[in-house]
Amino acid sequence: MRIFGRLSAYCLPYRRTLYASVAALALATAATMVVPYLTRALVNDVLKGHQWAAAWVFAAALPLLAAVGGLFTFAQAYGAGLFGAKCTYALREALYARLQYHGFEYYDREHTGNLMQRLTGDVEAWRMFLGQGMINGCNFVFNIVFGLVVMFNLDWQLALLSLALLPFLAMVVVRFDHRVRPVYSRIRQAMSGLQTVIQESVAGARVVKAFARESYEMEKFDRYNGSYAERNLQAGALQATFIPSIQLLGNLSAVGLLWVGGMQVIGGHASVGTVVAFFGLLGYLTGPTQQLGFLVNLYAQSAAAEQRLCEILEAPDRVRDRPGAVALSRQAARGHVRFEQVGLRYPGAAVSSLTDISLEARPGAVIALLGPTGSGKSSVVNLIPRFYECQTGRVVLDDRDVRDWTVSSLRRQVGMVPGETFLFSASILENISYGRRDATPADVERAARIADAHDFIMELPQGYETTVGERGLGLSGGQRQRIAIARAVLYDPRVLILDDATASVDMETEYEIQRALQAAMEGRTTFIIAHRLSSARRADEILVLDRGKVAERGRHAELLRAGGWYRRMYDIQFRDQAALADRAAVVRGAQACGG
Amino acid sequence: MAGEALTETRRRPPLAEWLGEIRPPATDVERFHYRDDEDIDQPFNMAQLRRLMGYTAPYRGVAGLATLVTVLATATQLVRPILLGLAVNVVAPPHGHALPLDRRLALLDRYTLLYLASYLVNWVGGVAQTRLTTRLGQAVLQDLRRDLYRHIQGLSLNFFDSRSVGSVLVRVTNDVNALNDLFTNGIVSLLTNVFLLAGIVVVMLLLRWDLALACFAVLPVLGVISTGVRRSIRRAWQVVRARLTRINAHLNEAIQGIRITQAFVQEEENRNFFTQINFRYFSTWRGAQAASSLFAPLVTVTGAVGTAVVFVYGAALDRSGVLTAGAVVTFIQYVALFWSPVSQLGMLYNSLLQAMASSERIFQFLDFRPVVTEQADASDLSAIQGRVAFEGVRFSYDGVRPALDGVSFSVEPGQTIALVGHTGAGKTSVVNLLTRFYDPQEGCVRVDGRDVRSVALASLRRQVGVVLQDTVLFSGSVRDNLRYGRLEAGDAEVEAAARAVGAHDFVERLPQGYDTEVQERGSRFSVGQRQLLSFARALLADPRILVLDEATSNIDTEAERVIQLALGRLLEGRTAFVVAHRLSTIRQADRILVFAHGRIVESGNHEQLLDQDGVYADLLRAQFRVLERDPD
Repeated sequence: MRIFGRLSAYCLPYRRTLYASVAALALATAATMVVPYLTRALVNDVLKGHQWAAAWVFAAALPLLAAVGGLFTFAQAYGAGLFGAKCTYALREALYARLQYHGFEYYDREHTGNLMQRLTGDVEAWRMFLGQGMINGCNFVFNIVFGLVVMFNLDWQLALLSLALLPFLAMVVVRFDHRVRPVYSRIRQAMSGLQTVIQESVAGARVVKAFARESYEMEKFDRYNGSYAERNLQAGALQATFIPSIQLLGNLSAVGLLWVGGMQVIGGHASVGTVVAFFGLLGYLTGPTQQLGFLVNLYAQSAAAEQRLCEILEAPDRVRDRPGAVALSRQAARGHVRFEQVGLRYPGAAVSSLTDISLEARPGAVIALLGPTGSGKSSVVNLIPRFYECQTGRVVLDDRDVRDWTVSSLRRQVGMVPGETFLFSASILENISYGRRDATPADVERAARIADAHDFIMELPQGYETTVGERGLGLSGGQRQRIAIARAVLYDPRVLILDDATASVDMETEYEIQRALQAAMEGRTTFIIAHRLSSARRADEILVLDRGKVAERGRHAELLRAGGWYRRMYDIQFRDQAALADRAAVVRGAQACGG
Repeated sequence: MAGEALTETRRRPPLAEWLGEIRPPATDVERFHYRDDEDIDQPFNMAQLRRLMGYTAPYRGVAGLATLVTVLATATQLVRPILLGLAVNVVAPPHGHALPLDRRLALLDRYTLLYLASYLVNWVGGVAQTRLTTRLGQAVLQDLRRDLYRHIQGLSLNFFDSRSVGSVLVRVTNDVNALNDLFTNGIVSLLTNVFLLAGIVVVMLLLRWDLALACFAVLPVLGVISTGVRRSIRRAWQVVRARLTRINAHLNEAIQGIRITQAFVQEEENRNFFTQINFRYFSTWRGAQAASSLFAPLVTVTGAVGTAVVFVYGAALDRSGVLTAGAVVTFIQYVALFWSPVSQLGMLYNSLLQAMASSERIFQFLDFRPVVTEQADASDLSAIQGRVAFEGVRFSYDGVRPALDGVSFSVEPGQTIALVGHTGAGKTSVVNLLTRFYDPQEGCVRVDGRDVRSVALASLRRQVGVVLQDTVLFSGSVRDNLRYGRLEAGDAEVEAAARAVGAHDFVERLPQGYDTEVQERGSRFSVGQRQLLSFARALLADPRILVLDEATSNIDTEAERVIQLALGRLLEGRTAFVVAHRLSTIRQADRILVFAHGRIVESGNHEQLLDQDGVYADLLRAQFRVLERDPD
């Protein structure tokens, strides 16, 4: 079924809707073709032939015909639209399903904006072609074919005359479309420039005002505003040149028809009714031809859209269960993690992100990962739930390669508190129970209490039912983080990953979150990624990474003695604290003496 | 479950089954909530329309000319049916009215030429009309957009703090563009179509009043189709669009949150949710499509009824000899012409109602008044020393909860003040009042002894620099961004500023150095680098007073050292207010103001405050409590 292109799988189940619509279109077109005959008969038989009684027949036939034709027109328009909507429904389902399962590597490559453009603009372009393009194409063909049959049936000479200008008309129409399309795309570019200026100046209003730069922003806006208007004028100029000319070309046929037809009638070679009927028929040919450019455009856009949509559907980035993969049950899971000489290189990257990483985390152990930005800390933890896969070595969970567990059962036992909290536009209750749809409100509350979130949630207007997220109530960074912690607590995994969980909160909040994290870690194997040494100090093992390799490892005291990177960071971060401790000792001492 | 599915299949009509039916989803998943931004028509509002039309005043000439050519082009439409009728009577003359052959041929030539001329006039008129109306529409929209943007730029921070960027963007772009139709075609279209409709009616009445009246019977029906039916169709599509917006909102969120979804194994659940909103969209879509598919057939049937009237009544008149065959043909053509003006006027009416909704939202913005305004007699603040005083300041954002509750302090030029306290304690409010982003309800803020309300805003803000926690970079080159506070700064000055804060090295390493474009609001820079750029920007602006909201800990420790050094450079010789998060910064401050519940609860330097062993000491201890519990 090539006519539906590469996405035919989403069209074929509904193909009969399209067929029915095309059939209705054929009937509707046929019904309109009767009208010229009626016109001819009225003029020839009634007005000229004086068969007065026939007038009633024609008069009754006309609305009847229009009604029947209208019924088919309705069926064809509704059917065609319905076909497009059904296919789009199926396509959206498929796209969404694929996107849910595409791996992290896919999303590292594709930006949200780019994907959204495909999911909205491209899907719409494809629907337009299916719902309107196909049926309009058929309409064009039917009108030309039926119209010609009727014309040649009525008078072949006048038919040839009517046809003469049609090819030129088609050429001009397609040429117009070709010229105007780049202008429209420039209009869109100008609009996006305009949007950027507004977006930036509104989002950065504080900076604009702080530097008293309002007038500078206005000038910038005026430039883009001007070029947007100017490009619209260009499009208008093109329309002004082409559209009246396209109409004129169609109309010249009518002028020719009047002249030639008139002489034929005078000469007795044609009846006046035939010529009058031809005036009606002309519209059947020129009307659809004027839509030709629109059709060509629809087709081109839909072909490009189809290509981009196929890229989403056919991307091979899904993480799949290996053959023979076993489900990891809750009871069997202990949280024993081992890395054996693990090496990782991201696709397209010049250098390896991880080289020869080995570590062992016994059930309940705490492993801290430290190191400068880009040293590979996140890469290490992302291998445990198989967000990425290592090329060399292996990651073992409870005595089995993580790739030999089924993906969903593996991830069910690995919980995560990411550095940047993402909340969905849902109630707090739904956000906390995101991984555990079966949890009762009491379970959720218990998790929230452990995460030190219950108190502030209760202060919100609708408590746990308050909608948060992008479109909901704004929460502070620390509050969001605590909801993420509650989510992980409720998920109750054997292995917990805390990815730089206190990065974006101020120092007053940091302490509160640290406390919540301590509670969440209870009884789980925990991996902590941190910039602050305070969260790493009590780990069973601390790994300092540098460019994907383990640079230092050991417990806190050992690393301090080793005098490397860890020691340096310790000195920077704890200088102040040591000073505070000394000071406090002095104060206490003084108080003791005084008392 | 299987049994249910089976009965479901049986209940469906066989035709729908054969056509390939979309089944409603079996499960009902409530999971995400999206609010709709519905745009419902507003009732007609004359004052609003007049205000809107005020924007066309400067272009009255263009509008007048456009109307003139359009009327001219339209008039040719009125002539053609008559020419055609005359031609019919020439080529097939009524009995007893036959002219000599050469006369008939000559008349045919003349009518044909006139017919051609009418199309040529139509062509010229069409070209001129399209150009003029586009110019009119674009000019008015450009003005409106500019006024709106200018107004927004002049508004105070309370406006920006209380709405999303997206909602402002939609006003200036979408809502303004929604008026395009009204301005480009509206006025001209109204005049032209009224003229055309009146012309048809008058000519028909003149030709044969009784037949004309019979034909007019279809006009009200066409009117109803054109306005009422069309409106209900448009409303149906509005609902569809709202549903689509919801789908898109979810798609956007689903992509952004995909890592969480996969980490928590929620792919299946989300698919069920999506199927549900996808199906709801589909079913509303289907209803709207059905309604709009009815539109064209309704028009056709009504038109056919009109033509049938001409057939019957015209034939009767012809029989009695009062009407020629040519005149009947003319009438048939006129009845076919009815639809165009009626349809256009209906569309105009509808776009007017839509414009009411858009323009109301636009005027809502235009009527928003800035809370911080320059006094009429405000004078420029001359070069300042940097002395700052808050005198009994009380301030509230919403007029209910106090943000600052009687705050007084004074700062000597060149001092560094650290502002410390919990979130919401009042630190940011101090900053907001000092830069006059807001005005206090009571008390006053003085810079070098002058009340900030008495000086020109720009002259104040030029001398009070602000560095925010989240660095805002604009699109444009790195150089443009650094120069933002002083556009006239030379390249050497820009570089010197970058060097001073340690940003020069990484900027030099960029592909085009200082000319490298900042993309997607600075996504190519690390958080630390962005911070250094904003330091350089503030340094180049060289303000006497600097306000700095220190970034939180999301920079690694090494980058932090670089920033501490840069900070030292930046604060040198200026009065500085630092909303401090780092102990190292706080310790170096000349004075620390500790805020709680909108008041200053402690004041002094680090040592003094530790000696007091009060709120400040508690705050510091809290930070290290995790460590104090440490076993070793």
